[in-house]
Amino acid sequence: MKTPIVKIGRLASLALWGAFSILAQQAVGQEVGDHQYTSEAVETGSRVYTQQCALCHGPQGDLVDGIDLSIGQFRKAQSDSDLVGVISGGAAEGRMPAFNLRADEMNGIIAFIRAGFDPEGVAVRIGDPVRGKALFEGKGECADCHRVRGVGPRTAPDLSNIGAIRTPASLQRNLLDPATALLPINRPVRLVTRNEETIVGRRLNEDTYTVQIIDSQERLRSLKKSDLVSYEISDQPSKQPTDMTSDEVADVIGYLLSLRGIE
Amino acid sequence: MRTTMKIRKYGIAFLLSLLATNLSAQVSFERILNAEDEPENWLTYNGGYKSQRYSKLDQITPENVGDLKLQWTLQNQVFGAWQSNPIVADGIMYITERPNSVMAVDAITGRVFWKYRHVPAENALVCCGANNRGVAILDDKVFMGTLDARLVALDRITGSPVWDVEVGDVNQAYSVTMAPLVVKDKVIVGVGGGEFGIRGYVAAYDVDTGEEAWKTYTIPGPGEPNHDSWEGDDWEHGGAPVWITGSFDPELNLTYWGVGNPGPDWNAGQRPGDNLYSDSVIALDADSGELKWYFQFTPNDAYDYDSVQVPVLADIVWRGTPSKVMMWANRNGYFYVLDRVTGMFLEGKPYVTVNWSSGLDENGRPIPTPQDEGMPTFPGNQGGTNWYPPSFSPRTGLFYFSAWQDYATIYRAEESEYEPGRAFLGGGFSVLAPVPGAPTIGIGRTNPINNWTNEVGFASLKAMDPQTGEEVWSYDQFDVSDSGMLTTASDLLFTGGREGYFHAVDARSGDLLWNVNLGGQIVMAPVTYSVDGVQYVSVISGHALSTFALPN
Repeated sequence: MKTPIVKIGRLASLALWGAFSILAQQAVGQEVGDHQYTSEAVETGSRVYTQQCALCHGPQGDLVDGIDLSIGQFRKAQSDSDLVGVISGGAAEGRMPAFNLRADEMNGIIAFIRAGFDPEGVAVRIGDPVRGKALFEGKGECADCHRVRGVGPRTAPDLSNIGAIRTPASLQRNLLDPATALLPINRPVRLVTRNEETIVGRRLNEDTYTVQIIDSQERLRSLKKSDLVSYEISDQPSKQPTDMTSDEVADVIGYLLSLRGIE
Repeated sequence: MRTTMKIRKYGIAFLLSLLATNLSAQVSFERILNAEDEPENWLTYNGGYKSQRYSKLDQITPENVGDLKLQWTLQNQVFGAWQSNPIVADGIMYITERPNSVMAVDAITGRVFWKYRHVPAENALVCCGANNRGVAILDDKVFMGTLDARLVALDRITGSPVWDVEVGDVNQAYSVTMAPLVVKDKVIVGVGGGEFGIRGYVAAYDVDTGEEAWKTYTIPGPGEPNHDSWEGDDWEHGGAPVWITGSFDPELNLTYWGVGNPGPDWNAGQRPGDNLYSDSVIALDADSGELKWYFQFTPNDAYDYDSVQVPVLADIVWRGTPSKVMMWANRNGYFYVLDRVTGMFLEGKPYVTVNWSSGLDENGRPIPTPQDEGMPTFPGNQGGTNWYPPSFSPRTGLFYFSAWQDYATIYRAEESEYEPGRAFLGGGFSVLAPVPGAPTIGIGRTNPINNWTNEVGFASLKAMDPQTGEEVWSYDQFDVSDSGMLTTASDLLFTGGREGYFHAVDARSGDLLWNVNLGGQIVMAPVTYSVDGVQYVSVISGHALSTFALPN
């Protein structure tokens, strides 16, 4: 038998889903964020890539061992200027030749790579990971909640591997518009038990009768819904859109992309 | 579900208190040292450093065990024998899944908090299935060995990896299938690969960094004592793996490890000598890894009699003298009692039919009686028992384990040449069958029909008296059993078998008190724990971990 509560939850999530769709469309159309690449640049890059790069790197950008251009996995390069250096100067002791490209072509290839090989995607500018680390731990206040390689709190998801599992565009959206980027499973929750204990935390897992969370004391807790008098799920992350400058955002993205698991 | 509860989605942010970073109770070394005094938890693979698999919990009794009710089931997402052993700490269970995943599970509901997946290298090689037998925990970390011979430390709360180091060379078929053993500030593992010509070892790693602290080979190199138990370069690929979790005596500061078979497995003539320390128990200093003593059960083994059983430790009055003993039902068919201070042999008697040896001399060395070619050897290749964890109950003074009765093998020896990463077996074997061409016992059960029947061998749950070395009672099953044991302070013995029955037996009499058909082979030992005053018993059958408790 379905209870009224379940219905409420379902209606709420439908409404939420609608809001997501609208935001997602807006993100493509109005170029959320202030990256330096235009849709035209990404399109240009797609053409230049096919002509100049695909022979060796392959249509998906993953044919050279240890490199996957579409997910931003390079041998050494990290920032956009690193990539420009590799393309214009050659690499791997001559195995990759130097390319003499026009500025708009070069700009386009970087944009296409940064857009994750999606000709209609949004390109993201990637800055300096060293500066990005300092911002992550300082002004950006990311390290107040996130843990990296064994350091930092556990209340928000561990980011040690985030550069390997998220695209640059997804990272950018997390910084600029966290409410549209927060994965549903990670939503903040507030629970009140029959014993009048109020528990605030992040959702880890849920089923019809129980919910599993990590609470603000970093404890793993499993609650039976029948033991709760109130269970609230927020669609707002605890973090507001960042007030960092566009250069700083690029640097933080550069740092996050460098996080590919433990060393 | 109560209908008064409100579930709402809010458009506001909840403020997570950033100052509150108190970690939940840590599992310190001291807690593990005294694990038997907190029976609500199951803190090591074998339930404590003595490896007795005995719990002081007594809510479930012989009188009420028949009321046990299924509380929850966790289904495995992969196929293959699930030989993992859960760890339970403060209401959270840590369990591994093939090939190398770890889950943190709520011990009351069975729901999963996090899952970590390690993908082993494609060329990882193990003889007998992509097994992993579980994790170890210490403080805020969980440790797992991997099929590609790595050791991984995870954050216990988030499941994120903290460090990941190489234990052995995967290209030479080194692997780790055992649950690690944590002692003080070190996490200790041994390596598998005894069928692939490895040279075995036990190695310890710093719990914080994964840096190697010590490494002790199970085959002594040139210049080391007992190197002359091998000829020529046989020692380089002589096997002697360590693939079952050891035990620890804090007073003696000794860790104890069962060592596996020499290689090639079945051609003893190709490796003359005793082949130390294959088929032995070795005592290693916990801080330095230095070998303090050894006792070899089967010199120059031709039968794959790995001594990878769990070293079960007890402080008992043995024949009138307070003694620190080690009890061992060996794969070779003998039950042993050793002095674990010195490694001295105290007692040893066959517990099943044994014909490869006519007995043990006063030092415990077997008197070999190899059978003629084509004739059956008792016990067979899987042994009178194997790695299945036994139990010792300090209340009954008895040692419990799964034996294989009336099971024999015909061996065929062949010359083998070592090639890196390839099987190095030295021949083959066949299981003795009552009718030519009849099905025989395999390494696991994949067919719901027992087409080999008890005529090829059957399980006998045995209760042994270490005072006499004799069996006190036995509980026989139709099929063989790879199940381990659990005893409790209410004199219950929980175990299972390949038939899928989960049994509760009276630990004193051997009488069956309760059982339930869980439908899949039980190839690990049950564990018990309690949360909020309720005692639970968990067991893995087939692809499901089932947890029982008394109703309310």
